Amino acid sequence: MNHDIGFIKDWIEPQSRVLDLGCGDGSLLVSLRDQLKVLGYGLEIDPQSISRCLAQGINVIEQDLNKGLKNFADHSFDTVLMTQTLQALRYPHLVLDEMLRIGSKCIVTFPNFGNWRTRAYLSFRGRMPVTKQLAYQWYDTPNIHFFTHTDFEALCKARKINILHRQFLANGFPDKLLKSLCPNLFTEIAVYHLSR
Amino acid sequence: MSLQTSNDQRDQKGSVGYVTPQEAVIEQPLSLACGIVLPTHSLVYETYGTLNQDRNNAVLICHALSGNQHAAGVYEDDSKPGWWDHYIGPGKPIDSDRFFVVSVNNIGSCFGSTGPNSENPETGKPWGADFPPLRARDWVESQKLLMEYLNINCWAAVIGGSLGGMQAMRWSLEYPDRLKNAVVIASSMKLSAQNIAFNEIARRAIKSDPDFCDGNYLLENKVPHRGLALARMIGHVTYLSDESMGQKFGRDLRMGDLLQGKTDPIEFQIESYLNYQGDKFSGFFDANSYMLITKMLDYFDLAREYNHDPVAAFKHAQCDFLVISFSSDWRFSPSKSQEITDALIAAGKQVSYVAIDSDHGHDAFLLPNQRYREAFGSYLSRVADQIEGIAQ
Repeated sequence: MNHDIGFIKDWIEPQSRVLDLGCGDGSLLVSLRDQLKVLGYGLEIDPQSISRCLAQGINVIEQDLNKGLKNFADHSFDTVLMTQTLQALRYPHLVLDEMLRIGSKCIVTFPNFGNWRTRAYLSFRGRMPVTKQLAYQWYDTPNIHFFTHTDFEALCKARKINILHRQFLANGFPDKLLKSLCPNLFTEIAVYHLSR
Repeated sequence: MSLQTSNDQRDQKGSVGYVTPQEAVIEQPLSLACGIVLPTHSLVYETYGTLNQDRNNAVLICHALSGNQHAAGVYEDDSKPGWWDHYIGPGKPIDSDRFFVVSVNNIGSCFGSTGPNSENPETGKPWGADFPPLRARDWVESQKLLMEYLNINCWAAVIGGSLGGMQAMRWSLEYPDRLKNAVVIASSMKLSAQNIAFNEIARRAIKSDPDFCDGNYLLENKVPHRGLALARMIGHVTYLSDESMGQKFGRDLRMGDLLQGKTDPIEFQIESYLNYQGDKFSGFFDANSYMLITKMLDYFDLAREYNHDPVAAFKHAQCDFLVISFSSDWRFSPSKSQEITDALIAAGKQVSYVAIDSDHGHDAFLLPNQRYREAFGSYLSRVADQIEGIAQ
């Protein structure tokens, strides 16, 4: 379940300004602060996560992503991050626009619905997949959009978003070995570095 | 409801116990923003906890309009705890086992520090209405002199709600290297027109009382109780929310009933409550202080000297910030706290912002609330960890 996205530190400049949308307990910002000395801020709405951020000295701002990011000025951050949250937002494409307005670059990660396990689950069981990456029943899930990494790239093309880097992650077997052969079939989590 | 009760009970533990106010006579002249210089002034203050050897665990509590030095614990002859006792004490967010807490009654107020009831050295009579007009920065200057009096070089945190939060922000700009953290609760960078309007109604109420005597009531041996009570009643309504008043009083009657065919007097519970609060307040607060401090609130504008640019203003700050708001606070609404936070982020400062759900309006910053306590405590516990060398 825990995919290591430590490699994204290569995409972030030391001492730059980083905004993490949906920062959870702040662990990613802690590692970016400790390794790159970034000036980081996290947006979060879960009270317990907010308290954990405060206890770790992470700058956390209580703000609901679905209510917009208009309070952040254009290009006020070097990197805007969002991990595993895109699929849970009401209008992911508009949030992406906002991320690229606020940040020079942005990094997003999301579960790849094109993975063979989800495809097989739906094909053979005829039920909406409940997998490690998408561990909720359809009627009670924060994940309201299901898309593959190919869908995502089509969106980027349509909205003129440049893909600077991408990484495909998989921990399962045989996904781990085969993901470079056929990313859409074997990627569990997709990671994109974007600009406009 | 049972959860609330257990929280309240937990608050009863961890009291700082019996406290005694102290008085500092500040011999250095205090230059006020209005140009007048007070050659000396007195400050009444309390402290809780112990100053460590490095003298770097001191926190300053800044009170609001009607607050005073008695923020925590109890006096031997009065069982009523200090105004922020829910949040100051052993194991509480402002942990007196870890911090040396300094709580001061500011000048212009009426609990023993130099104010309108003190003697004007030039006339030998009480200052009364002639006490110099004050700004929040004057309170900060006076607190800075107290800091030197106590031989403290840098506050671990300056903390305050409402007008107290304004002082904390002003500290961060005036003496950026003299505080490590500013905790700004239910506050604002400036009052809205509506806020000023409510303050003016309150002042008009006081001035309308014939016993006010243009502010010289002490010389006339009078006290404008009615005017001050009315001023407080207006203020009190604005510190509560429609929800909390509805929950607490609704349309309940204290006296009479609303059946037709009756001429008996009718009194709603809220009428009785407000009258009681007004009368109680007018018994211990001073009318001139109320006039003076409401004006001070009105005049506060954090970024005025910075070309009205809050980002430019906060660029001068060096401390870390925690900003807290309450959902039902319409006097200092969450949007005002969000503005502070946005300006701090744009200025590249370390800041966290917590928006607490509460039905208690502006008064929420004084009342028990589990989430408020957790967030406030998590932040300050890390501050204490850093002082004690537990965290970086």
